[in-house]
Amino acid sequence: MTTEATKGKYNVIGTRPIRHDGYDKVTGRAIYGADIKLPGLLQGAVLRSPHAHARIKSIDTSAAKALAGVGAVITSADFPGSHDTLIDLGEGAINFRYASNNVMAGDKVLYKGQPVAAIAALDKNIALEAAALIKVDYEVLKPVSTVLEALKPGAPIVLEDLEGQDLGEKIDGQTNQANHIRHEFGDVEKGFAEADIVIEREFDTAMVHQGYIEPHNATATWDEEDRITIWTSTQGSFPTRRQTAGILRVPDSSVKVIPLEIGGGFGGKIPSYLEPVAAILARETGRPVKLLMERTSVFESTGPTPGTWMSAKVGVKKDGTITAATADLRFDAGAYPGSPVGAGMMCVFSCYDIPNTRIDGYDIVVNKPKTAAYRAPGATQAAYAMETVIDEICEKLGMDPIEFRIKNAAKEGTRRADGPIHPIIGAIETHEAAKASDHWNTPLEKNGPDGKLRGRGIASGYWFNIGLKSAVTISVNEDGTVALTEGSTDIGGSRASISMMAAEVLGIPAEDVRPHVADTEGIGYTDVTGGSRTTYATGYAAHDAAQDVVVQLRERAAKLWDVEVDEIEFANGSYQSKSDPELRLTHKELASKLGSTGGSVVGSASVDPEGAGGAYSTQICDIEIDPETGKTDVIRYTIVQDVGTAIHPSYVEGQMQGAVAQGIGWALNEEYFLNDDGAMVNSSFLDYRMPTSLDLPEIETIIVEVPNPGHPFGVRGVGEVPIVPPLATIANAIYDALGIRLRTTPMNAGSILSALEAKK
Amino acid sequence: MVEKVRVRATLNGEPVDFLVAPYVSLLDTLRDELGLTGTKEGCNDGNCGACTVNLDGRIVDSCCVLGAEIDGSTVETIEGMAEPGKLHPLQQTFLEEAALQCGICTPGFLIAAKALLDKEPHPSENRIRFWLAGNLCRCTGYDKIVKAVQKAAELA
Amino acid sequence: MHPFEYVRATSVDEAIAALAKYGERARPLAGGTDVLVMARAGRWELDALVDIKHIPETNVLELGSSEFRLGSAVACYRVYEDEQVAAKFPGLVDSASMIGGIQIQSRAGLGGNLCNASPSGDGIGTLIVHNTTCLIAGPNGTREVAAEDFCTGPGQSVIGDGEFLVEMKMPMPQKGFGAAYERFTPRNEMDIAVAGVASSVQLDGDIIVSARVALAAVGPTPILSSAGDLLAGKEATAENISTAAQAASADASPISDMRGTAEQRIHLVGVLTRRTLERAIERARENN
Repeated sequence: MTTEATKGKYNVIGTRPIRHDGYDKVTGRAIYGADIKLPGLLQGAVLRSPHAHARIKSIDTSAAKALAGVGAVITSADFPGSHDTLIDLGEGAINFRYASNNVMAGDKVLYKGQPVAAIAALDKNIALEAAALIKVDYEVLKPVSTVLEALKPGAPIVLEDLEGQDLGEKIDGQTNQANHIRHEFGDVEKGFAEADIVIEREFDTAMVHQGYIEPHNATATWDEEDRITIWTSTQGSFPTRRQTAGILRVPDSSVKVIPLEIGGGFGGKIPSYLEPVAAILARETGRPVKLLMERTSVFESTGPTPGTWMSAKVGVKKDGTITAATADLRFDAGAYPGSPVGAGMMCVFSCYDIPNTRIDGYDIVVNKPKTAAYRAPGATQAAYAMETVIDEICEKLGMDPIEFRIKNAAKEGTRRADGPIHPIIGAIETHEAAKASDHWNTPLEKNGPDGKLRGRGIASGYWFNIGLKSAVTISVNEDGTVALTEGSTDIGGSRASISMMAAEVLGIPAEDVRPHVADTEGIGYTDVTGGSRTTYATGYAAHDAAQDVVVQLRERAAKLWDVEVDEIEFANGSYQSKSDPELRLTHKELASKLGSTGGSVVGSASVDPEGAGGAYSTQICDIEIDPETGKTDVIRYTIVQDVGTAIHPSYVEGQMQGAVAQGIGWALNEEYFLNDDGAMVNSSFLDYRMPTSLDLPEIETIIVEVPNPGHPFGVRGVGEVPIVPPLATIANAIYDALGIRLRTTPMNAGSILSALEAKK
Repeated sequence: MVEKVRVRATLNGEPVDFLVAPYVSLLDTLRDELGLTGTKEGCNDGNCGACTVNLDGRIVDSCCVLGAEIDGSTVETIEGMAEPGKLHPLQQTFLEEAALQCGICTPGFLIAAKALLDKEPHPSENRIRFWLAGNLCRCTGYDKIVKAVQKAAELA
Repeated sequence: MHPFEYVRATSVDEAIAALAKYGERARPLAGGTDVLVMARAGRWELDALVDIKHIPETNVLELGSSEFRLGSAVACYRVYEDEQVAAKFPGLVDSASMIGGIQIQSRAGLGGNLCNASPSGDGIGTLIVHNTTCLIAGPNGTREVAAEDFCTGPGQSVIGDGEFLVEMKMPMPQKGFGAAYERFTPRNEMDIAVAGVASSVQLDGDIIVSARVALAAVGPTPILSSAGDLLAGKEATAENISTAAQAASADASPISDMRGTAEQRIHLVGVLTRRTLERAIERARENN
């Protein structure tokens, strides 16, 4: 069934058809990256640094090369010389020199797990045996693991040639501070002076991983004309092409990326780790080479989200008006610059209309894997700080937390702290829906069974969503079905939503669309599947391509009936002559006449839309804590979110629920646990604790629809904003249950027990 | 030089007869030797359930079983779950309830859920969650998976 | 990973012969959920795994008149799905249903859990409090070892080269016997104990005739705590239970690691001892 807002408005949008790739995925037929088989395929393995920080004095690969069954052994010596070039990947810029070293270390290793060599062999076991025969002479250096340690004078320097910046000025000498930027508006000192209550708190969050179940993979061939083909699970074939070509110093057009099905990404499969390595191995052996990452390497050697140190300070008047706010966000970049601190800065205050603000953001390198995007990157951490301070303020004011949020809510015309003016947004509508929800209106019994204590928390979040470039072509078959070609790799059912939007325009059922995710030679440039942009931008392109089809079909009808094109009306899936209504054909009927009217009809569109709009989510959770063990169980959770227009409500709900599940894991148990040598020791699904089905309750979703005028169907991105509130929602619930404010993640049983002990 | 061993078993209802190196897992045997890539690798150490298959009537993590061990046994994988042209009710309800997003964990969940419903046709929600706790999903938060299992149970 | 042979033994003698052939470069294989993972991680370099699952004695699951025999290869699910065994040994059911998840329990058994000798093994303390005797076969015949003497260090046991665990025996529970195992884990399943306690009591009316308390994950091996002896002859009161819990905490010598701090573990041992003693007493009262 459709959602309330779309009922009656659309024919296809708002319904819940079975996704087009569904049958292949429930039968095991779908081909994911690791499943590809090619004749003559060699298996690869990667040798990785056991040290968090070390100089590589020498690498001896001779014994490995001599092992029977080994095709090639490579190191950074086999890669083109590194170079500094900044390239925009759509969800953040990367420096090619750093990206190259991240994929194969040069003369230094900067995190445990950084690749130092790679092997291709007849089978995986031989490749691993060869890896064990490679002798690397390391000079182990002292690592630095946290932002605060990295900024102290005398801290180990991670990147010796880093040109650090501070508010636009170059930092003299060596530093771990890659950048410090600031957004300032109004007069915060004056604002705080006007406040009746000012609260300032500090926070510490642990590095966490996206946790997708499918490890990274890449299969490559390198042919006689130096053309490279890559099969991979990626969040963006074109960005993968650009990164791989850039690292290999070949033209983009020499690299063809064929995206296979992908088993989760959440931002972590935007960077390229294995593709360039597989390509060089293919070049050296003259055969296809497949690389699969082990689970430990997925944790240690890909792109988790930053650990942080943060402070937030908010001032309010007695009547609840926020007068000023400041935040200091210091994010781990990992081994190379480029944490998402900028995105965190864009979101930290964006639920509210605050006249005086100052936000400082620091990007700091440390001896940990280079961070990558993780679903609303940076915003979850920032919301942990802001939304728990707001919770304290509401308590001090004696004000209802939803009323407070409504009173101070950002709306159309509000200036975001970093400058842009909000277009039509649904913050208030989201808060109102939370206020009216069954969850919020059901009192919580504070005493649970067996001495357990219960609490309720509420928090909000914002994500700006992005547009960027997408291309779609639609070709009409003679039976009226259409083939839709797009470039957005499908991680969560997007090809269904994109097909539904095309079907809506054409006046045909969703099932009559045959979507296909093409490779980089089969479709125009398309940016990442990420940033909550796929349903928005690729959907926009599908809409426009379908409109192009309609234009051409009108021309065909005009030709058929020998009238002027202006005569032809298109409505409800049918083409009709205005002056003679007898002349009428459905889309299907007209399609059968394409051959005789000029051949196939192919519509296309390439878009780069700017009106993504922002999204809001307000979330409520009830938890139950065993005070004797500190164990926290989430017993009820409600997500309220403005989605603009829910194209396929089931997949919208799924995005909301999945994001919250990640947020709950992040809040309660997940972390990179490092030993004294700066190495991660919990790099398995046993000790990196993600929630199981027994750790979560039913997750209730309330869809709010404030259509986005920047999209023909009102779509707002839905994938990221729901992961923004959970850390704060749970922290606030813990306070409600125990009277304890935890400001360090994970807020696990051990820290709850310690806090209860300290409280006594 | 370790020689391959001969294995004879019943796989998805049909006899199979093949050679495999003794140290190769059942997971790799299915995927590489037998060409059945529907069973997935998530962790290779028994902690995520993506490699779940049914071995002699019990669900197991195939990464923790050797290919050589199934000599004389019966194995069911995702490729054998549907009948020709007809999905198993669980496969159908997973599609209707949108119980998959990226789909990588789906084969493991289907095999595990089928074993539950074959044994206990009307499990409670808690029992479903307990049974499926050995299968990790990072995309869905499990809500729609549980609902799909409940729906298949109701339909039976 | 060093390539290894797979040898399927169908008798105790065959297994002994196969293990003798490869010496310290062979290990017995039962459920495989620890052994295969560790072999792949390079914990040992092996030339052979000897599968002992096809030997009749390792599969025995037999409730006798005075003794319960549990084969070393018996998988966890057989323990809790056998109605009679489950009714007689709810403490074993506690452990068997906590090791991993359903997939693991289809293969892993309490025997393998014991031989793996992890300090946090969920079955070992339970075997100890059931007064289990372990039957080990090897080139010099068979020998018996009490469960509490089986583990000698983290991952180390009394099993020598060429030997393997064949079965475990424990007394059938008399009237007034009850046992329970509980652990603390951050997740509700698929986890490893931060701390675990197994308790058993033999009641006569309200008097605890004898008791055993064993601690998991708080020392280099599972620990048979002094708390059990403290309770002998005492009344089953909250106060006595509390004293026992404190003694158990005092017996714990945990380390701090990624799974928890020493302080947390000591505290948890006290809580879990109290809870499992209460549960064991409850079961003991029901078992009359």
